[in-house]
Amino acid sequence: DIRVPIGLMFALMGALLVGYGVRLGLNINLIWGSVLLVCGAFLIVLGTRP
Amino acid sequence: MTLSALDWTLIFVYFAFVIGVGVALKRYTRTSTDFFQAGRALPAWVCGLAFLSANLGAQEIIGMGASGAKYGIATSHFYWVGAIPAMVFLGIFMMPFYYGSRARSVPEYLRLRFDEKTRAFNAMSFASMTVFSSGISMYAMAKLLQLLHVLDAPFAALGLDPSWIFHVCIVASAIIVLIYILLGGLSSAIYNEVLQFFLIVAGFVPLVYLGLRNAGGWSGIRQTLPPDLTHLWRGFGSASTNAMGVDAFGLAMGLGFVLSFGYWCTDFLVVQRAMAAHSMTAARRVPLIGAFPKMIFPFLVVMPGLIALSVHPSADAPVAAIIQSLGDKTPVINGGDAGLIPYKVDEASNQIVRDSEGRPVRDYDLVIPVLLLRYFPAGMLGLGLTALMASFMSGMAGNVTAFNTVWTYDIYQAYIRKTATDAHYLMVGRLATFFGIAASVATAYVAAQFNNIMDVLQLVFAFVNAPLLGTFLLGMFWKRTTGHGAFTGLLAGTSAAAIHHGLTLPAGAAAGVKGGWFALLHVYPSEMAQNFYTAIFAFTVCFVLTIVVSLMTRPRPDAELVGLVHSLTEKPEEEPMAWYLRPASLAAVIIVSLTVLNILFY
Repeated sequence: DIRVPIGLMFALMGALLVGYGVRLGLNINLIWGSVLLVCGAFLIVLGTRP
Repeated sequence: MTLSALDWTLIFVYFAFVIGVGVALKRYTRTSTDFFQAGRALPAWVCGLAFLSANLGAQEIIGMGASGAKYGIATSHFYWVGAIPAMVFLGIFMMPFYYGSRARSVPEYLRLRFDEKTRAFNAMSFASMTVFSSGISMYAMAKLLQLLHVLDAPFAALGLDPSWIFHVCIVASAIIVLIYILLGGLSSAIYNEVLQFFLIVAGFVPLVYLGLRNAGGWSGIRQTLPPDLTHLWRGFGSASTNAMGVDAFGLAMGLGFVLSFGYWCTDFLVVQRAMAAHSMTAARRVPLIGAFPKMIFPFLVVMPGLIALSVHPSADAPVAAIIQSLGDKTPVINGGDAGLIPYKVDEASNQIVRDSEGRPVRDYDLVIPVLLLRYFPAGMLGLGLTALMASFMSGMAGNVTAFNTVWTYDIYQAYIRKTATDAHYLMVGRLATFFGIAASVATAYVAAQFNNIMDVLQLVFAFVNAPLLGTFLLGMFWKRTTGHGAFTGLLAGTSAAAIHHGLTLPAGAAAGVKGGWFALLHVYPSEMAQNFYTAIFAFTVCFVLTIVVSLMTRPRPDAELVGLVHSLTEKPEEEPMAWYLRPASLAAVIIVSLTVLNILFY
């Protein structure tokens, strides 16, 4: 299912952003990297259901 | 703009996945139906997102951000008036004929409904237009990456001549698109368009969030900017009272009917995505599924323009510092009264460009890049840049897949070699992909050398497109329409568009490529108004003349038109599915949502 590669890409990009995160007072890398990680995992689960 | 190792890693991750999708699909692409039509086996939601993404070319992201800064929230008319109603009409009324006729392309539908000459006219103009559009996307991406000095540091590190950056960008984008289309054909393009859609959303949502946070939210923007930039319909009673210079009739009839229905309902680039769906009901749902994110897109691509206009440069992030990070040579620029939008700089003289009255001109095309530089640190900058590249590449690939199908089915098979094996047409399709991309590269170089030639070409294609809607509406909904009527109407409509353009000018423009090259009968308040009325004239002439000539010529027998004309085709049977997933239910939700959005931003 196409959601699996998209989920993998999001998870990988999210992990890279979080790894760096750990230009308005927010740690946008950590926040958005986490969102991408969760969305990526969700898409992988959706795409690998029986 | 210097990218970190993390930025480059994110860009390479994207490229790896794009090519990976092509590789994964290679062994599933065995026949010409697989290559050109994705085997007509894809789910509606995949085709729906691809339907939207194939239209996300260079103009959408950069152009709509620029228009948002120039015209304000009224730019959303290009979505809420100029796209959504047409997408609903396509899904409910027109897809049954495209899909049910088993035509493999829009020009082939014209042959089935009318005759060979009408198909030839549409196929030839469409094929050249797709190559041209793909080349423009390629040129715009290379130009942007060159302007942002993205590749300066790696080129310097490798000891390469920086003048080669433009060529490397052109060739690299061409090779990546070529690889994944050659491997997986239309399936690969569609699946990658879905991937690119998600990536574009992932790159722009945090940008808009940070921008809105800085501007004090929508209420902050409304307090900062004049009311006509934050209201959708205010001032459209007259062309002189809104930034677009268009009146309500020109907007509704020109953009909302002729241009939008002419594009979304007849352009094979987008219709091809719906024709790849696995069933009639799925094909009808494709444009309706695409309409939901399309409705939300102004908040992603128009809103940055309003943010850039309303956010004032602060001490910790002055515009000069942001712009200077684009490159060392750019002169210091002050945002002044236009927020973060920099002045336009002449490349040759390195001086600020001024208009005829000596006022400095703003470079609205830099809205998105400036916001990326303002709000995104390392890592996020790579994600934002990848989203930009994804939009350029999805537009490019969409055009190339439409070109290879029309070339193979409607030109090669129709006029060069009518009977050959399926393997032969598959090979021709792959060769057409290669030569289509080569022609796009050539177009990109022509655009780099002669800007005026591109303006003229764009104008010619606009003339050809303007009357198309009349031909399709009469063909699908009036069985008396004949091939002679359709062909005469198309030629007359195209001529009417050219004559109208030659007799009119937008205010302040000189006679030439902007119009008035024939004589001057009327001056429009803006170029946009002139374009809308050119389309209205072309459609009207095509519509009337098609009817007149059809009444004077012999129609085809009813038996030959079953499945091609509304009155002779049985209503498509619905697949068993939940009521809220049916095309009519989706259309109702879209229309209600659209009405709510228009009231909210009225």
